[in-house]
Amino acid sequence: MYLWKTDVVIIGGGSVGCAIARELSRFQLKSVLVEKNEDVCALTGKANSAIIHTGFDAPVGSLEAKLVVAARRMYDQLAQELDFPYQVVGALLVAVTKEQWQLLPELQRKALRNGVFDVHLLGRERVLAIEPELSDQVYGGLAIPRESIVSPYEMAIAMAENAIANGVKFFLGTRVTGIETTGGTVQAVSTTRGKIKTSWVINAAGMYCDEVAQMVGECDFTITPRRGEFFIMDKEAPYKLRHIILPVPTRISKGILISPTVSGNLLVGPTAEDIEDKSDTRVTVAGLAQVMTGAQKLLPALSSAHTITQYAGLRPVRHPEGYTVEASRQNRGYIGISGVRSTGVTSAPAVAAYVRDLAEEVGLKLIPRSNFNPLRRQLKPFASMTYQERAAAIKVDPHWGHVVCRCEHVTEAEVLRAIHSPLGARSLDAIKRRTRAGMGRCQGGFCGVRIPFILARELGIPVEAVTKKGPGSEILVGPIRGEMMR
Amino acid sequence: MPEKKCDVVVIGSGPAGLAAAIAAKERGAEDVLIIERGEELGGILIQCIHTGFGLEIFQEDLTGPEYAQRFIDRVEGLGVETMLGTMVLDITPARRLYAIQWGRLLEIEARAIVLAMGCRERSRGALAIPGTRPAGIYTAGTAQRFIEIEGYMPGERFAILGSGDIGMIMARRLVFEGARVERMVEVLPYVGGLVRNYVQCLVDYDIPLQLQHTVIDVKGRDRVEAVVSAQVDDNFQPIPGSEETIPCDTLLLSVGLIPENELSKKAGVELDPLTGGPYVDETMQTNVPGIFAAGNVVHVYDLADWVTEAGYLAGRHAGEYAIHQRRGSERKLRVIAGDNVHHVLPHVLDPLSLERGPQELQLRVQWPVEAPVWVNVEANGKLVKRKTERYVRPSEMIRIKLPPEDHGKIVGAKELSVRVEEKS
Repeated sequence: MYLWKTDVVIIGGGSVGCAIARELSRFQLKSVLVEKNEDVCALTGKANSAIIHTGFDAPVGSLEAKLVVAARRMYDQLAQELDFPYQVVGALLVAVTKEQWQLLPELQRKALRNGVFDVHLLGRERVLAIEPELSDQVYGGLAIPRESIVSPYEMAIAMAENAIANGVKFFLGTRVTGIETTGGTVQAVSTTRGKIKTSWVINAAGMYCDEVAQMVGECDFTITPRRGEFFIMDKEAPYKLRHIILPVPTRISKGILISPTVSGNLLVGPTAEDIEDKSDTRVTVAGLAQVMTGAQKLLPALSSAHTITQYAGLRPVRHPEGYTVEASRQNRGYIGISGVRSTGVTSAPAVAAYVRDLAEEVGLKLIPRSNFNPLRRQLKPFASMTYQERAAAIKVDPHWGHVVCRCEHVTEAEVLRAIHSPLGARSLDAIKRRTRAGMGRCQGGFCGVRIPFILARELGIPVEAVTKKGPGSEILVGPIRGEMMR
Repeated sequence: MPEKKCDVVVIGSGPAGLAAAIAAKERGAEDVLIIERGEELGGILIQCIHTGFGLEIFQEDLTGPEYAQRFIDRVEGLGVETMLGTMVLDITPARRLYAIQWGRLLEIEARAIVLAMGCRERSRGALAIPGTRPAGIYTAGTAQRFIEIEGYMPGERFAILGSGDIGMIMARRLVFEGARVERMVEVLPYVGGLVRNYVQCLVDYDIPLQLQHTVIDVKGRDRVEAVVSAQVDDNFQPIPGSEETIPCDTLLLSVGLIPENELSKKAGVELDPLTGGPYVDETMQTNVPGIFAAGNVVHVYDLADWVTEAGYLAGRHAGEYAIHQRRGSERKLRVIAGDNVHHVLPHVLDPLSLERGPQELQLRVQWPVEAPVWVNVEANGKLVKRKTERYVRPSEMIRIKLPPEDHGKIVGAKELSVRVEEKS
C-alpha cells in the first residue's frame, strides 16, 4: 500500500526545495515535496542574512557563481509574481583599514569576471555622504547597487503556496527514511508516514543532503554545519542605514555585515563557527560579543542595548566544497543537490531551473501545463494599509478589527488567513513567519498568550497541543488544578 | 470627519485610566470616554488575583479584581462611556485618535487625552540571554495570564530570572498550583521587588533566591530542558567555575517593566530616556498641550494605589483642560536629579502650584544605601525640604511632599534639585 503515487518526490522544503516544487509545477507532472519539519523553510532558509546577492564575490567560473548571477536576474519578476517582500537597496562594501582598501580593486575585478558590471569604487567622502553614521575610520568602499534584501521565509512560503496552487502535494512533518531502487531505477521513497511511489527523487535536503544521499549509496562527500549568530535591532534604534553594509571579506567568511531588513529593523551578523551538531542553533555569549564588536567597527553607534532578539542559523558546508547538482548514473531517477551553501537563498530559483534542465536531459518528460498560474498574492498587511483600506477591510471581515499583535499591528484576519492558507500554519512560529506576529519589540509577550487559543480553536485541537515549532515544543502543559476539578 | 467628539479620552482602563476617568468626570468634564483594548475593564489588575491592593487608598487588603471593581463601579455610576476590545492605533498632536474594534474603525476628537497604557515586560530578546530558542520561556506576566485568565499551566518545573514583584508573586502562585520552583536568580545584589513580596512569596514558601546570579545558557531544542546559572562579579560578568545547571521545563523572566509609549510618540510626546515615559509637569501634562499621562506609562510605580493617585491627578487636570482649553502656567521650574537620584518626577513644576496645594516629588535612587539617609530638596543650593529614610533602594520609590508653606522658598528659583545623602 502506498501513501501516495507520484512522478517526482522532492526531499526538503527549504529555499531550494520550494523553488524546485514551484518550477516543476509548470509541467504536466505529479510532484510531492516531503519536509521533516512542521513548516517549510524552518531551518537554514529562515535564519540567515536575508540578502539576495549579485554574485560579485562568488568563486569565479564556479557553478555557484553561474547560478547566483543567473538567479539575481530572476528576482524582479519572481517577487512580482509571488508577492514577497524584496527591495533592491544596494550594498556598500566598506574598507576601514588601508590594507582592506587595497583589496577593493581586486574585488571589483572579480565582480567584472562574474558578470556583475555595475560595481564601482567610492572614496571615503562619498561613502560617508551616502551613510553618514558609518565609522570615520572609513577609507572607502565598493558600491554594489543590485544587492537586495528579502524576507527569506516569506519567499519560500510564497513559492510553496504557488506550487500547491499548481498541484504539488506537500507532506510536512514527514521524514524520509529510505529510497527504494530496483535494477538501478528509483521506485519509491519511504517516509515516517508511509511509502510514496515515484520514479524520480530530487535530494534538496540541504544540511542533511549527505544523509539522504547515503540512502542510495551515493555519498562521496560530507556536510558539516557552520553556525552564524545574528542580532535584530529595534526599529527605533537611534541609527539608520539605507544600504547593506558589508565588510571586506576574508577567505573564511563574508564577515559581519549590517543590513536593513524588509520590515524596517537592522540585522547584524553573522559569526562563522564550524560545529558538529546539525541542529545546534543556539546563540552564545562569545558569538554575540564577536558580532557586536565586529559590526561596531563599521557602525560605532551600534549597541546591544537596542536589540530585540538574537538568532543563529547554520550554513551547510560541503567537503569537498562547491555547488554540486548531478543526476545519478547508478540510480536512474535520482538527482542530488549538495554544497548549496550560504548563497542558497539567492540561488534557489536558478538551482531549480538547473535541476529542471538536468532532469529533462536525463529523461524526465516536461510538457508545459497550459493552466499554470504563476501568480500568488499575499494579503496586504493591516500595518501597511491606509486608513481607507483599513475601513474597507474591516467592513468586509470584522476580524480585521481585532489586533492580536500590538507591536506589529497584526490582526486576527491575518492570523486566520495564515492558518487556512494552502500551506496552513500549524505552530506559533509558522504564524510568526507568515504575519510578523511576535517579531516586534515585546517578542510575543502580547500575542503569545492570544494566538495559541486562536490556533486551537481553528484547528479543533486542545490548546495544550499547540506548539511553538512542532511536536515537543508545546506551549502549555495542561489545565490548572481548579480547572481539572471542575 | 470625526465620528465622535469627547471632552476627555482616557487610553487604558488599568488603575491609572479608571482613576483618571473618574477624576475628569468629577472635575466637570461631560463626555469622558475610556478606550480599553481588552474585553473587560481593569487592565492588568484582572489577572492579579493576589492581595495587597488598596492598603493605602481603602485601608483594606484587596485582590486586583476587587480593587479594580471599586473603580469600575464608580466609572459606571458617573456615566463614563467605555469602549472595550478597542485598540487605539494613532494619535495626532491635535488630539485626534484613530482606533479599531470588531468590525469598525473609529475617528475621535478629544479636547484632552490621558495616556494610561501602562507598561510591558522586558523580554528575553532585550536581555540577549544566550542559548537555544525552545518553547517554555515566558515573562512572568505572560505566565500569570495563562494561569489566571486562561486557566492553563505553562510548565511544571520552573526557574525564574529576575526578582521583580510579578516574578515573586508568580513563584508563590506556581507552588500553589503544584509546580516546582527550583530557584530564582537575580543579577543585582538586592531584590528587585518589594520586601513584603520577598517575605510573603519567597521566604514563606522556601523558594531559594540567589542574588548576584544570572542565567548564562538555555538548553533544550524543542522545550526548555535546563538553564545554566552563574554568579556574577561587580561588573555583572559571569564568574568562571560558578556555573550550575538547573533542570527545568520553563524559564520565567521578571527582569523589569518598560512604560509602553509607542502611541505617545505618534502624538509627538517627548520621552525621558531615563524613565522611558513622557516628560511631565506637576499636572501630568506632557509637552503636547492637552495630552496628559498617568501611572506606569510615565514611570513604573511600586504600588497600584500610587498609580491610582497619579491617575486622579492627571484626570483632574485633563478635565480642567477640556473645560477651559487652556494650557497651564508657563512658569516652570526644572526639577533636577542630583547625587544618587536616578530620576525625579515631575520634570518641571510651576512654583505657584504650591499655592493650590501640596506637590509631590517622586524619585528613585541610583544605588542602594543600607543606612539612614537624607533626601534633600534644594532650590538654588538652599535646602527647601529634607526627609529621612532608614535605607534607600532602587526598587523602592521615594515620595516627598512639598507643603504649600514652602512656596516662598522656591519662588524665584531657577531649578529644584533633589539629592540623596548619607547621614553622618
